Amino acid sequence: MASDSDFVIRVRDLINAFGTQVIHDRVDLDVKRGEVIGIVGGSGTGKSVMLRTVVGLNAPVSGNIEVLGRDVLHLTADQRHDLETHWGVLFQDGALFSSLTVAQNIEVPLREDLKLPERLMAEIAACKIGMVGLPPDAGDKFPAQLSGGMRKRAGLARALALDPEILFLDEPTAGLDPIAAAAFDQLIKDLQASLGLTVFLVTHDLDSLFAICDRVAVLVDKKIKVGTLDEHLRDDHPWIHSYFHGPRGRAAHPAENARAR
Amino acid sequence: MAPAASILASDEQGELVLRAEGEWLVASARELDRRLNDLDLPQGRQVTMDLGGVGRLDSTGALLLLRTEQVLAGRGNHVEFANLPAHFAPLLEQVRTRGLAEPLPHPVPSHHTFIGFVARIGNVTLDLLGRLKDILAFTGLVTETAAKLLVRPSRLRGVATLVQMEQVGLNALPIVGLLSFLIGVVMAYQGADQLRRFGAEIYTVNLLGVSILRELGVLLSAIIIAGRSGSAFTAQIGTMQVNEEIDAMRTLGLDPVEVLVLPRLFGLAITLPLIVFYADLMGLLGGALMSWIVLDINIPTFISQLHGAISEGTLWVGVVKAPFFAAIIALIGCYEGLNVTRSAESVGKLTTQSVVESIFFVIVTDAAFSIIFSVLKV
Repeated sequence: MASDSDFVIRVRDLINAFGTQVIHDRVDLDVKRGEVIGIVGGSGTGKSVMLRTVVGLNAPVSGNIEVLGRDVLHLTADQRHDLETHWGVLFQDGALFSSLTVAQNIEVPLREDLKLPERLMAEIAACKIGMVGLPPDAGDKFPAQLSGGMRKRAGLARALALDPEILFLDEPTAGLDPIAAAAFDQLIKDLQASLGLTVFLVTHDLDSLFAICDRVAVLVDKKIKVGTLDEHLRDDHPWIHSYFHGPRGRAAHPAENARAR
Repeated sequence: MAPAASILASDEQGELVLRAEGEWLVASARELDRRLNDLDLPQGRQVTMDLGGVGRLDSTGALLLLRTEQVLAGRGNHVEFANLPAHFAPLLEQVRTRGLAEPLPHPVPSHHTFIGFVARIGNVTLDLLGRLKDILAFTGLVTETAAKLLVRPSRLRGVATLVQMEQVGLNALPIVGLLSFLIGVVMAYQGADQLRRFGAEIYTVNLLGVSILRELGVLLSAIIIAGRSGSAFTAQIGTMQVNEEIDAMRTLGLDPVEVLVLPRLFGLAITLPLIVFYADLMGLLGGALMSWIVLDINIPTFISQLHGAISEGTLWVGVVKAPFFAAIIALIGCYEGLNVTRSAESVGKLTTQSVVESIFFVIVTDAAFSIIFSVLKV
């Protein structure tokens, strides 16, 4: 049994509802330090809501959420600010500030807190741009001049600017072509290994799940089922079964087997 | 509070040892960067960077270490890492292979030079002329589409036009009415104040009648409608452009000019003259009320004095401009909306531009009308 400090995210009895429609009904979720956890579920089951609740963008009806041992729902502004420097969030389309260049976007969190010299910030931005696999000249471009895949990489670079411990990714491979998606999976895997990140990955992409996730949390029937992929593959819940054993699931699974060898 | 981190230089057996200690994290980067820049770096020596004391390392720390290594190597030193904790190796490797890029120097923006400044004025001028030409071309396109409707009137979108009439006309009545009323009040008060010195208070009525009917009613209405509906046209059509709805329309065989522009143009061209008439009435009402309160000119006196001051022509001189102003507002609003590129930012930018342009052209056109009317001695 892992001790408490091994869990970077602990969700207890979480209830989320919009109006009378309940999205999550007493959901528990634990995320261990250094693992990649994938959140999957059908459309409208509240995958993104889960992510937004954990990072405090969405106030739940009730429940308890601890991130890095701190209660997310009852923080003073200062505590909250401090906690925010320990996580990075990549939104679906990158959510880059459109009036700033890519390099300036990456410098935003650095500028806000640390008051680093301009030269060092430029070096850090260039470093992050290289680490996420963007060409060096991307730094001076505006988000509108980038393709969707490049915007996501730039968003990832901004999320990594403060070297966070936890990385939240909202559908990072959605809208990318298969080659770019596979490259993005590999990138996350590499960064996760070298930076020791904990990754909270909301996705629809079965290939991503098989490629990079240690555990998978499936949102079904307003509850969450957490387990390794093998456990989910054996699960006989109808939705989970058709998700992992449907034509796409079958197609992704052998690919993973081939890659593992 | 920044975590403690340090770099210490010492000479040991003929080689220079740089000892990195503490938490090499982004939070301590400011201090580390300063210390590294202060280091007295040698040339052509054996340098060992001892990382045994590094407690925590993140990619910014790794960047600082590798940057130092690079600078040392660039000065002809032979650099080695020593006592590197094994779990930092992948991170250093990752930063070394992918993240060690010299930041590109920011190009000096060309408008910061004198020639760049002149060139910018030229570019802005050309851009303005180009836009003027585009607006004229768009006017032509809309006219052509409207002419086709004359041949086949059944293609006129009646319901859409009525909806526009409601939105731009009926719904604007409260605000137009209130503002016209207030302008009438202000005009009467200021006019009375000046004319009283000549004992000519009664001519306040003439002043009110002529200025509101000829100019203020129509100008005020046009400016309010440009701000209220011109901007709405741009934002509505622009948002559709962002959503690719306009493209979808084209692929379905619908002409965006026919579906979106003409109902707005006709709706506004029909309602603006009516709004102007209403604004005239409200302005005169405000003026009459104020004249009564300040000047003791009661309503029957006001009306009989007004009869002497204005004729039916005075009203028409104002109202006749309304369809022209309506066309300007609708055409510019729709034109800018169709110009939106696929970013949310451009919706905001072009909406602002559309309001500024339509008010500008309304006032320019009004000045042109003044000249024409004075030549015609109307």
